[in-house]
Order: sequence, then C-alpha cells, then structure tokens
Amino acid sequence: MTVRIIDRRQDSRNKSSINRSRFIRRFKGQIRKAVADAIAQRGIRDLESSGKIGIPGKDISEPQFRHGHGGIRETVHPGNDRFHRGDEVDRPAGGSQNGPGGRASPDGEGMDDFVFTLTRDEFLDIFFDELALPNLIKRQLARVEDFKRVRAGYTQTGMPTNINLIRTMRGAAGRRVAVGAPYASRLRRLQAELEQALDEIPLDTLEIARLQHEIAVLRAKREAVPFIDPFDLRYSNRIRIPEPSTQAVMFCLMDISGSMDENKKQIAKRFFMLLYLFLNRSYEHIEVVFIRHHTVAEEVDEDAFFHSRDTGGTVVSSALKLMHEIIRQRYASNLWNIYGAQASDGDNWDNDSSVCREILSESLLPLLQYFAYIEINEGQPQNLWLEYEQLATRHTGHFAIQRIKEISDIYPVFRELFRKRLA
Amino acid sequence: MTRKRKHLIADSSDWTPESIARYDAEIGRVAKAYGLDCYRHQLEIITAEQMMDAYAAIGMPVYYHHWSFGKHFLETENRYKRGHMGLAYEIVINSDPCIAYLMEENTLTMQALVIAHAAYGHNSFFKGNHLFRQWTAADAIIDYIVFARNYIADCEERYGVDSVEDLLDACHSLANLGVDRYKRSAPLSLDKEKNNQREREAYLQLQVNDLWRTLPRHDVATPAGEEERFPLEPEENLLYFVEKHAPLLEPWQREIVRIVRKINQYFYPQRQTQVMNEGWACFWHFTLLNTLYDEGRLSDGFMMEFLHSHTNVVMQPPYNSSWYSGINPYALGFALWRDIRRICENPTDEDREWFPAIAGSDWRETFDFAMRNFKDESFIAQYLSPRLMREFRLFAILDDDSLGKLRINAIHDEHGYRALRLKLSEQYNVGSSDPNIQVWNVNLRSDRSLTLRHFAYHRRPLADSYETVLDNMARLWGFTVRLEEQRPDGEIRQIAERKSERRRNATN
Repeated sequence: MTVRIIDRRQDSRNKSSINRSRFIRRFKGQIRKAVADAIAQRGIRDLESSGKIGIPGKDISEPQFRHGHGGIRETVHPGNDRFHRGDEVDRPAGGSQNGPGGRASPDGEGMDDFVFTLTRDEFLDIFFDELALPNLIKRQLARVEDFKRVRAGYTQTGMPTNINLIRTMRGAAGRRVAVGAPYASRLRRLQAELEQALDEIPLDTLEIARLQHEIAVLRAKREAVPFIDPFDLRYSNRIRIPEPSTQAVMFCLMDISGSMDENKKQIAKRFFMLLYLFLNRSYEHIEVVFIRHHTVAEEVDEDAFFHSRDTGGTVVSSALKLMHEIIRQRYASNLWNIYGAQASDGDNWDNDSSVCREILSESLLPLLQYFAYIEINEGQPQNLWLEYEQLATRHTGHFAIQRIKEISDIYPVFRELFRKRLA
Repeated sequence: MTRKRKHLIADSSDWTPESIARYDAEIGRVAKAYGLDCYRHQLEIITAEQMMDAYAAIGMPVYYHHWSFGKHFLETENRYKRGHMGLAYEIVINSDPCIAYLMEENTLTMQALVIAHAAYGHNSFFKGNHLFRQWTAADAIIDYIVFARNYIADCEERYGVDSVEDLLDACHSLANLGVDRYKRSAPLSLDKEKNNQREREAYLQLQVNDLWRTLPRHDVATPAGEEERFPLEPEENLLYFVEKHAPLLEPWQREIVRIVRKINQYFYPQRQTQVMNEGWACFWHFTLLNTLYDEGRLSDGFMMEFLHSHTNVVMQPPYNSSWYSGINPYALGFALWRDIRRICENPTDEDREWFPAIAGSDWRETFDFAMRNFKDESFIAQYLSPRLMREFRLFAILDDDSLGKLRINAIHDEHGYRALRLKLSEQYNVGSSDPNIQVWNVNLRSDRSLTLRHFAYHRRPLADSYETVLDNMARLWGFTVRLEEQRPDGEIRQIAERKSERRRNATN
C-alpha cells in the first residue's frame, strides 16, 4: 500500500484573492490615502506599475481582550550567563516583557506601518475611483493591450498545420545533395575506372567485378539517404506583437507661478497622468515633454516640473511658443501623434491671452490631435478661459477646456476623448 | 569513517512523486516498528503561494472569507518576498485522513523531513493526545468547515457582506474567550450538523424569546431586595453566552457565532500543547531519519542537509541574543522528549531521585503515556529535569510594577529547580495568559444590561484594546454592556460601559 500523494499545484491559484479584496475593500479609506501619497511621489510614467503601499498598523489591528502591562509577571528565560538568585536589575527601556537585554519591542501604540504590495489592477482601481470615471472607461484604460500575430520567419518546431512545405522541401533537397555528395564523387571516379578497365585488353575480370560491386554498394548508400528527415521540417513562425504600433508625444504645460499651490499641482498631475494612461493604451511609444512657465517657458524633466515654484507674473504664450518650437524641431507631425495638455490657474497677462488664442488656432491646433486645458480655480473664470472658450466652439473634437475644483472634475475632459475613441 | 551505503532510498535531491512515495513507505515502516499509532494520511504537493494561502486560513484547505485572512496573507507574502522568513516547511491538519502539505520547491530531503515530522510525528500526536481526542473530531472537521464556509457565504448573499463582516469581526475579537475550558464537546458530522442547525435555529429563538417575555409573570414572585441572578453561575465562554442568550440576534447570526466558537474550540488544544506537539514531531523526525541512516538507507549528503535544517529549527538563542524572542517551543519540546528518553535509558542518580517512576523504564511506554495524558503546562511540571534546566541555563525574572527593579527569582541551581519548573509550567498555562473575563450578570428586570467581570490575575490590567472589544460585545448583545474589574482584595470597580446604539435608535 503506497501513500496517497495529491498534486494540488494546479488547483485554484489565488484562493486568497477574495480575502485580499475584502481587506482592500475594508480599508479603502486608508489605502486610498496611501495611494494618493504614492501618486504624489510617482512619476507619470510609473503609474501603471504595482507598488508598495503602507497603511498605519494601528488601524487594522484585530483587538481582543488581553493583558496589558503592569501587575506581577514572572517569566523564565534561557541562557543565564550572569545572574544569581536574588539579583536585582534595572528594567530595560521600552518594555518589560522580554527580560533584560532582550530586544524589547515597543508595544501597542507604536506599531509599524502595515506595508503590502498592490497589484497593478488594484492600484488603478483605486486611482480611478478617485477620478470618478465611469466603468466603461476604466475597462478601456485597464485593459491589457491587444496583440496581433504576425509572421516572423521560420522555426524548427511547431504545429503540423504550420509546416511550410516549400521551405521544408528545399531544405530536404539541400540535405540530400549535401549528404549524397561524397558518394556521388566517389561513384563518378569508380565509373571512370570501370570504363577504363572495360577498355583494357586483356579484361581484368576480377578488377571489374570488384568495381561493379563497389558501385552497387555506393548506389545503395546513396539511395539510403532519406528523402525527407524530421531535421528538414520548417514551420511558419508567428509571433505576437502589441497592436498599437504608432507613436505619440504628449506635451504637459503647466503654470508654476506663485499662485499654483501644491494642491493645484497635484490635481494637474492627476490630469496629466490620466492623459498619459489613455495615450499609453493607444500608442506603443510615447514621449512626454514637460514645459513649465511663468513669464518665460522652459523644458524641464518631470521632477523639476512638479516640484518647483516660482514667483512673478504669467505669460502663457511663452509656453505655447516653446511647444511649437519643439514640435517643429523634434516631432515632425506626420510621424507623431501630438497631444497637448495644459494646466493653469487661469492667471495671465491681459493682453497675452488673445495671443495664446492666436498661436493655438493658427499654428498649434493644426498640428495636434488634441489639446486639453484645465483651469484649476474656484473663483471667476479668468481672461485666458474666455479666450479659450471661443476656440472650443470652433474646434470641437480637438480642443477641450474644463474648470476644475476637485479631482473628480477631471473626467469631463476625457469624456470627449473617449467618445471619439469608442466610436 | 565512511560506511558503505548500498540500499539508498533515492540518490537525487530533486523529488518525484515516486521517490516521495518510497521515502514515505520507508519512514512508515520504521515508525511502525517504533509503535507509532497514526491516522491514515495523504500528502499534498502545493506551491509557495498556496502555502501562504493555507497559512492565512489557519492551515485549512477550505475556510470562510474574511478580511483578516487577507491581511495575514499580505503580511506573510510580504515578509516572504522580502526574505525575512522562510515559509514553514509544513502544515499539517488534524483530520482523518491527516493532510500534510509538501511545498514544491523543497528538496527531496526536506520532503522526507516533513513527512517524518508531520505525517508521522504530529499525526500520531493528534491521534493519541487526550485533548485532541476529547475536543476535536478529526473525521468531521473538514466537513464542518465546508459547512461553515457555505453557510457564511449563503448569509453574505442573503444579508449582505457588510453585516456578516461586522458580525465576524465581533466574534473574532471575542474568540479567545469563546472556548469551553472544562466541558466536553460531542463529535459532529456534516449531515447531523445541518439538521441540528435547522432545529437549533427554531428552538433557540423560542428560548430567547421566552427569556425576554414582556408579559408580566405573576406566578414567580421574587422577594424584594434579592435580585434573581442570570446566569446563575458566571459563564466563562462569552461566545457561548452570546449565542444562547443575546436577545436581539437573528437565527443566522447565532449560527455564525456558533461557527466561530466551534472552530476556535477545535484549535484550542493546539494552543495548549504547542511545546509537546512540536517537540514530539521533532523528536520523531530526528529518530526516524537517524534510524534509516543507521540502516544504510540514507546518504551522508542527505543527513548533512537534514541535520542543517533540524538544527535551525531546534535552536534556542539565549536571552541576550538579538535573535531571542522567547523560548522556542521546538527547542524546548525536542529537548524534553530527548531528555525523557535519556532518563529512561541512562538515568543518573539525580534522575532516579527526581523521576523514580520513569528512570530506567521502557522509553516507548513512558513516551506513550506522556504523549497521551498531558498538556504543555502539566507536561513541563512533570518532566522538566534539573539537568535540562542547567542545559538551557534557565532563570526566572519577577517583574512587579510596584518594585523599582526586576528581580531574579530563581536560577538553575539546587534552590531553584522546583520553583523554575513551576514557573515555566505556569508560563504555558493558557488559562492564565488570557484574561479571566466572565459573564457576571444580566439585569433581567429593567434594562437588560450585561455585566462582564474581569478577575484581575496578579494585578494585571487589561490592555487598551478592551475598548474596541467591548464595542463588539455591545453590538452582539444589543443592550448596554458593562465591564467591571475585581481585584484580588475583592474590590470591584467599573472600568467601562457601552450603551448600545441599537437601543438608542429604538427609543428615538
């Protein structure tokens, strides 16, 4: 009788996934806060990777009736190296239950953060949650890219249905020639010798018989070279490549004048992230260009983009001009899909706003797929908004503007985008 | 000194089902020769991820769903991935057949170690020890948990995930005080449990309603001043009391309280016998594999790897090591069982004086008796020898918060042996490590308030978590709940009170 061995490795994986999602559901508040912190620290491009999230350990404890500190306790410990009966020692700092010298863990209150890793899906889920996106859109964004299968040469292994006959037979013929070649040349030599022998007088019958025999053997050997060998088989190879294979560049324009505070920048960051995420679904390769401006515009890296402040006035047109310049130099528009996203609190020098409108409608919009502007402002619309409003009516489908007070107001900007895509 | 090893069971270190079966057969043969009495067992090969799953679900192959298991899973996974811990080599389930998990990434040596440890060591302990025999029905546990999971899933569908989750939270927080410490439970089977459940549902509701009958009863006249107590005797099993007497619970809620209570009761013996049980399993994997080695069935390489793991498991760092986190139950248990065997086989004069009954006796018989009839507390009180105390260099510290310093009360010397043994035994008394909180009284005549009384042990106060737990108790009870503390000197004071929200909502 042998023991029963059951291989459970193929059984339901992720049995804990329900418990896991329950956990996330239960502590959504804390996790969302942690995700918000994480987003603030992450780059726009890393949004989709999963990441470690820490929430305070105290919040998720499972309380029970337990003894607290105090009272009388006697504990036995191993490894006595210095004590005698009746010795008195000071209490170790921090806690008393571990005995002298033992590592006293700070108890109760000071629990460490509970750190765990959210999967990409969970992370995006919470990210979207905050943005109040409808489900359909979430699915669009979270979807893993489609692949298409394309031919990619030939392989030596594969399905019988994929056998490539021409390649296989060509290979077989080549092999037959190659393998048979030594026989063929010896055969030709023997044939010549045989003819010579037959011509000689008197006939050397022994020699003739030997040559004839050898020729027969070689012929048999040559015949034995297989017509087709498993070695010859060639299969058409197909590989999966991501479907979207075009490229895009995304321009992030942001006002960093003194009035853009940290909160407004975070809202702007969400907006840029979402646009990036959307583009990432549609294009295989994306470049992101960050342009910040106050009275003059400059191209910076992401870190400097989000984490610098400046004072002084605001000239929006400087950023638009720089954007146009960069497009002209680096992104010839027939090769690149160009998207622009601008965030600002709406402040601009009075006479500059009409310049902005002109630059956009005359030189930029014709080059762009889409330009989205958000004004993060709770008060009255500013003059830039009024100018842009005129553009929006003329360029529907390419140009969207939105005023944002909270993060969830971002969505309407994208509704336009997605409607286009879904159609 | 190399002996010739001709009849190796297997010589590769990668396992195959066949080589595992061969090892199992050989280990089983030796175990039988030693007279180990085991349940049938089955070995299940699982991945590391599944091992973590099983961890989170307290080792059970099926379990109901709750966020706390998700939390434990994340915790384990995180520590595992960061390399802070290796996974436990084994999980074994006290069921008939006994299920032992083997992790796929272990080497063949480790699989053999786990088989000897879990499938023969723990298995025979589950079958023999009186606590397990009395409290757990090995043939029914899996069925019961399947029943529990389905029942709870059903409730989630019917009453919503949130309300079930709240209830489970409340039950879990009372779980450590939801065990019968002295009464005996009856074994269950799945069908019986299902039928019982329906009957119970109807009957319990009847009982409760009767208890809270609002019509005045004239036939029982209580003399003024002498309040009728309910319950007549204080009840230590809080969950049991809630299940039977909480006035406002729905029948399905009572059933869930019962499920948590039952499952918790099932694990209670494991808490009481950790040192014995782990030590027993370690002793047997050590003995069985060494026997096989002596027979020439195992290679030197196998033994090196095995001894390496074994030593890691039974290592006891001293109190001042940075690795120290209390006494390692594996180390203590293993040493105890080894020491008993030594006392039986090679007793010294000291042993004869301390253990007249077992010194020089047949070790297999002594083992069998000890394994069957003790729990950690009594096992240590009975078998911890002076020699072992010296080996571990044990010492006892008194931490009295009314004194300025800690006092070393006893060390491993002539004066200290008995005291040390008593104190160590007390340390494994599950009864005194959990606070002693009992249902003291229910005010039947007016506001239905429930009073819990904490009997302070050695003046130890309750940890702050009692606030939350009391909230949970109030949620279950549905009316006001109070918590009192009784000092050793008899002084009683109320430490907390929860007015039930439900009650308030009803009156508003």
